[in-house]
Amino acid sequence: MTAQTATAAPALKEWPLWEVFVRSKQGLEHKHCGSLHAADAAQALNMARDVYTRRQEGVSIWVVPSKAITASNPDDKGTLFDPAADKVYRHPTFYDIPEEVGHM
Amino acid sequence: MYTQSFSVPDDAGPKSVKPPPATEPADLMAAFDARIDADGRIEPQDWMPEAYRKTLIRQISQHAHSEIVGMLPEGNWISRAPSLKRKAILIAKVQDEGGHGLYLYSAAETLGTSRDQLLDALHTGKAKYSSIFNYPTLNWADVGVIGWLVDGAAIMNQIPLCRCSYGPYARAMVRVCKEESFHQRQGYEALLVMMKGTQAQKDMVQDAVNRYWWKCLAMFGPPDADSPNSVQGMRWGIKRISNDDLRQKFIDATVPQAKVLGVTLPDPDLKWNEERQHYDYGQIDWEEFWATVNGNGPCNKERLATRVKAHNDGAWVREAALAHARKQQQRTLKEAA
Repeated sequence: MTAQTATAAPALKEWPLWEVFVRSKQGLEHKHCGSLHAADAAQALNMARDVYTRRQEGVSIWVVPSKAITASNPDDKGTLFDPAADKVYRHPTFYDIPEEVGHM
Repeated sequence: MYTQSFSVPDDAGPKSVKPPPATEPADLMAAFDARIDADGRIEPQDWMPEAYRKTLIRQISQHAHSEIVGMLPEGNWISRAPSLKRKAILIAKVQDEGGHGLYLYSAAETLGTSRDQLLDALHTGKAKYSSIFNYPTLNWADVGVIGWLVDGAAIMNQIPLCRCSYGPYARAMVRVCKEESFHQRQGYEALLVMMKGTQAQKDMVQDAVNRYWWKCLAMFGPPDADSPNSVQGMRWGIKRISNDDLRQKFIDATVPQAKVLGVTLPDPDLKWNEERQHYDYGQIDWEEFWATVNGNGPCNKERLATRVKAHNDGAWVREAALAHARKQQQRTLKEAA
């Protein structure tokens, strides 16, 4: 960010976008629950508390700048995920085990 | 919380005609249709026809605006709530509405519009919001009736939206619906308390019901025959139940509640139809509905002016927060150097 003098009226800019992740309970993972606009990380945390945890939905919050997330392209879905479809041997149900062995 | 099947065109009229859909690449369109037909979900990065995107932006943003403007008529009563308990409840509810607006703005932004654009459309009067908020809240019973009937109607509308084909909208609706049931129950309970009070209090409740009943029925949007957009919305899985069907569901659910409460609903034609297994009801005044939607309700100007003033009065806070963030960032950089 280039320095701006206080006198030059800054163009009214939107607060950046943050993604919010909430851990609902100790022992569980943080889960994405939505996004919000905030000027900085501290404010994003405060706002996430008000917007996403008004009813004790969480015990911990992560906020991540949305622009820091790299996402896979939906067009690549086939290339990325289809190869797993024909590898049934990666699942335990692929293997026949005699009944007398019991639970394995 | 408050949508209605409010996906009225922003340049609304009772008989507005939609332009023909733009031509889209046939293969992409076919894949999109197939996913919709299979009751699949569309996510922000997926290809979608322009008309689907536009319809969603319009509907979700109108929904968001309705939440935000909906804070005004109730906020009006925070300082005059009859007890500390009722005041705390009302503050929590109004805060929820603000939260619901934020979920929805975020969902709309995933479609490629910005928060500033959305707010600008509201503040310049280009975008619509639920017409119910263009009526005044004259007495304390209105706050209860808004919870019971207005939120009740909104819940009817929002539950099917949890299954909307657009993922972010559906997820926002799940969150909203979870929080919404408190809104309706607190309103109904506040009215129950008033109905155990003096005759004057009972009269207030009846008066509020009389003023709001027809407006709540109109919240479900124009009759199916006059809703050309509905068909497309149904096709796309944005809308799951038609305006008239939702309205009927609401009436059927509400009549017994009114009986328990001890109020009458101001419709002489309202009666059980054994054959249909539904309540019949009278004519809704659609002219009044459209006049209000198009800016001529009793409070349109006041609501918008209050909203714009709040936004403008907060401008310095938004700028200061950005300036503070920049300063902090520069300080961190300097320390690191």
